Amino acid sequence: MPAAPFELTLDDLDSMAIGAWILGTGGGGDPYFSYLEAKQHLADGKRARIIDPLSLADDAHIACVGQMGAPIVKQERLIDGPVIASTVTMMEDYLDKKFEAVMLWEIGGNNGFQAVLTGMLLDIPIVDCDAMGRAFPQADMTTFSICELPAYPWTMVDLRRNKMIFAEAEDWSWMEKMTRKACTVIGSSAATCKSPRTGAEVKSSTCLHTVSQALRTGRAVKEARRAHTDPVAAVVKSEKGCVLFRGKIGDVMRRTTEGWLRGTIIIDGLDSDQGKHMELAFQNEFAVAWQDGEVIATVPDLICLMDTASGEAIGTETARYGQRVTVIALPAPAILTSERGLKKVGPRAFGYDLEFKSVFPQARGAEVSR
Amino acid sequence: MMRIGIDVGGTNTDAVIISDDAVLHAVKSPTTADVMGGILAALEKLLAEAGVAADQIGALMIGTTHFTNAVVQRREVSRAAAVRIGLPAAATLPPFVDWPEDLRALVRGPVHMLRGGYEVDGRPLVPFDRVGMRAAARAIAETGVDAVGVSCVFSPLNPDLEKEAGEILREECPGIAITLSHELGRIGLLARENVTLMNASLVMMARKTIAAFGEAMQRTGLTAPLFITQNDGTVVASDEAAEFPVRSFASGPTNSLRGAAFLSGLQDAMVVDVGGTTADIGNLVRGFPREANNVVHVGGVRTLFRMPDLLSIGLGGGTHCDPDNPQSIGPRSVGFRLPQLARVFGGPDLTTTDIAVAAGLIEIGDRARVADLPKAYVEAALQRMRDMLADAIDQMKTVAAGVPLVAVGGGAFLIPDHLPGVSEVIRVPHASVANAVGAAIAQVSGEVDQIFTDMDRATAMEAAQSRAKANAVRAGALESSVQLVEMEDLPLAYLPGNSLRVRARVVGEVRM
Repeated sequence: MPAAPFELTLDDLDSMAIGAWILGTGGGGDPYFSYLEAKQHLADGKRARIIDPLSLADDAHIACVGQMGAPIVKQERLIDGPVIASTVTMMEDYLDKKFEAVMLWEIGGNNGFQAVLTGMLLDIPIVDCDAMGRAFPQADMTTFSICELPAYPWTMVDLRRNKMIFAEAEDWSWMEKMTRKACTVIGSSAATCKSPRTGAEVKSSTCLHTVSQALRTGRAVKEARRAHTDPVAAVVKSEKGCVLFRGKIGDVMRRTTEGWLRGTIIIDGLDSDQGKHMELAFQNEFAVAWQDGEVIATVPDLICLMDTASGEAIGTETARYGQRVTVIALPAPAILTSERGLKKVGPRAFGYDLEFKSVFPQARGAEVSR
Repeated sequence: MMRIGIDVGGTNTDAVIISDDAVLHAVKSPTTADVMGGILAALEKLLAEAGVAADQIGALMIGTTHFTNAVVQRREVSRAAAVRIGLPAAATLPPFVDWPEDLRALVRGPVHMLRGGYEVDGRPLVPFDRVGMRAAARAIAETGVDAVGVSCVFSPLNPDLEKEAGEILREECPGIAITLSHELGRIGLLARENVTLMNASLVMMARKTIAAFGEAMQRTGLTAPLFITQNDGTVVASDEAAEFPVRSFASGPTNSLRGAAFLSGLQDAMVVDVGGTTADIGNLVRGFPREANNVVHVGGVRTLFRMPDLLSIGLGGGTHCDPDNPQSIGPRSVGFRLPQLARVFGGPDLTTTDIAVAAGLIEIGDRARVADLPKAYVEAALQRMRDMLADAIDQMKTVAAGVPLVAVGGGAFLIPDHLPGVSEVIRVPHASVANAVGAAIAQVSGEVDQIFTDMDRATAMEAAQSRAKANAVRAGALESSVQLVEMEDLPLAYLPGNSLRVRARVVGEVRM
């Protein structure tokens, strides 16, 4: 039975901002700005209606929206809901067909909110699922790509209202390459409406109920804060994850290249990790964690950097020297750890010559049904 | 050489002399409306009672809660115009968007959003609307606001447009106080802009206040350099401090935390500092204030400050009590007028100090003047204060177990011996002047913010660090004590060669 539809309250928006930022694994951008905008829309009487993907008709016509680019750019240029919503109306005009609902491209970080803003502004329901189950830096690192669904067409709008249609692409890798070039030209930040999906595709080829997961994660943090218990432990418990490392950030190196933010963070161990060091490599999101030279965790397991005291997620663009942090891992959705999934989102897809070995022994690598 | 530390609070001005790492003498004197009178009185009393000559003093360090009180109490803040260069970006989130409504109503002046700004690689976002900027400056001049804050998309990467806007404002709005966002913050437009606007709204008051500090010093015959303490427990020269009051925002509480560590000898504890206007609660971790890691809210405004994680509540020795309702305490305070306005001193206002006198917690003023307060009212008001403190302490705790609490500040008598969640309330000598002690032991910092070209990252970072260290030593730091506290690098892709902007900040003990 599909879950009943529900509307996000003001408190839900806050929980979602906290949870989505954690699921962003360092990327996807701080949800704060879009949370702030969503709050304004809610106050203006607009509604964020969440529906269960399992309730969709097989032939339903579903939009999928997301921002692409370097998170650091969003810290300065911020994001405007009307721009992301305009990618959907542009797609409707192009295909001459109205959308029934909008789904999330990625739940992680600010991108989790883009479908919420779009749903509120265009008054269409928001589907409780996404194409990553976390955040990833590239379009070919999605469940759509893993399931080999058509990669086109895309619409892209920038803040100057430069508009582009990517009518056709050989595959997701080509769509990624073309859109990335365009994104870099317009300032490493672009609003996009991805290739439309049918209800059947949404049900079979997405990470289901990830909006609910973000809400649950955010609520766990808030409840722990209220009870003065460890919010990091609360997230680990709620999402069946584990703590990898505790320490203080000793160095941060960042470079914005080809529309991504890349770099490394060095953490000097504290408490039981005293004397040890962890290195995190990132391409927008955290990709690999080494402890004293040994690989501890890799994509697609979720590697999350959190403020030790508050349980707030720390992004790759906001991490800075001296912060007290805890690194945790959360299990990736099974679709990502499948054999086909690992080809797209395993460590080799990020340029590391490493086998994926999950932090979680129970990860089964179940094959995807189509 | 000896050092004098002064804390100018809303109610009292405290002064201490520190000699050989010990408190030689301490005095307390009421803060006056002109600020200057109170400092002058405190300094004269301090030197006379301690028998120390003015020329034996090597440095004077002043910390003040003046600026933070202005924001917490929503008073003495100027209306500030906002200029943001960055359209078409961020049109739905204008300046002041996430401010609490009451503060926004006081501070928000004319808001001008203009086309311009930069991309992450330094290219222009869109051409800067210079005509619009000139028109905005003229419009601001006509409204007569005396402060303006300017922000620009990616100004930490390239401050040129903010500087240009500043020039235009200087031409069109003579005498206006201008704060440019790149001088106060890093990447993160909204938080940087918030800090900028808050600074703008406080500059006029800060200039007046710091000029008064200097005058008091002069009249006492002190010729030592005057330093103002900042949020991180370090000091800067007073003229620089006047232009950036937000950098001194949390210096009062920082000083009290550092002072509490110095006086109690405790390295890990909670500290509550009860002044005349607020109670500030923080945590000591290994002798230093626990810093807020990420987002710091000041007076309800979101910033990216590096400052101690503190909770301020409107409960001090001068806080108003409603005679008809014991549940209604604060946040307004009689502040420095406590000796005139409080009932026990013959005034008309009922304050928390009056309640404490009525309850026998402290003996000051004329107890007969509060004898008419019903016992039930006094009990209820005390319980309300206990509840306010317990709630605030609970919010600041990071562990569920009971923790030791060091009670400092002139209003420490308001802290009961037993509080929920507290293992022990610790009282120390000179507790009432802890923040003056913290000011006197403040550290010296050194900073560089420089572009290095054709140098690998490690070499550039090392060069920045050693230059920051040299700056700190030049400013009076003991070389062996200097430590790195902040380090940040920004690659500048738009400049030729391999250019890197590096910011390094170090702190060290004052060399004696």
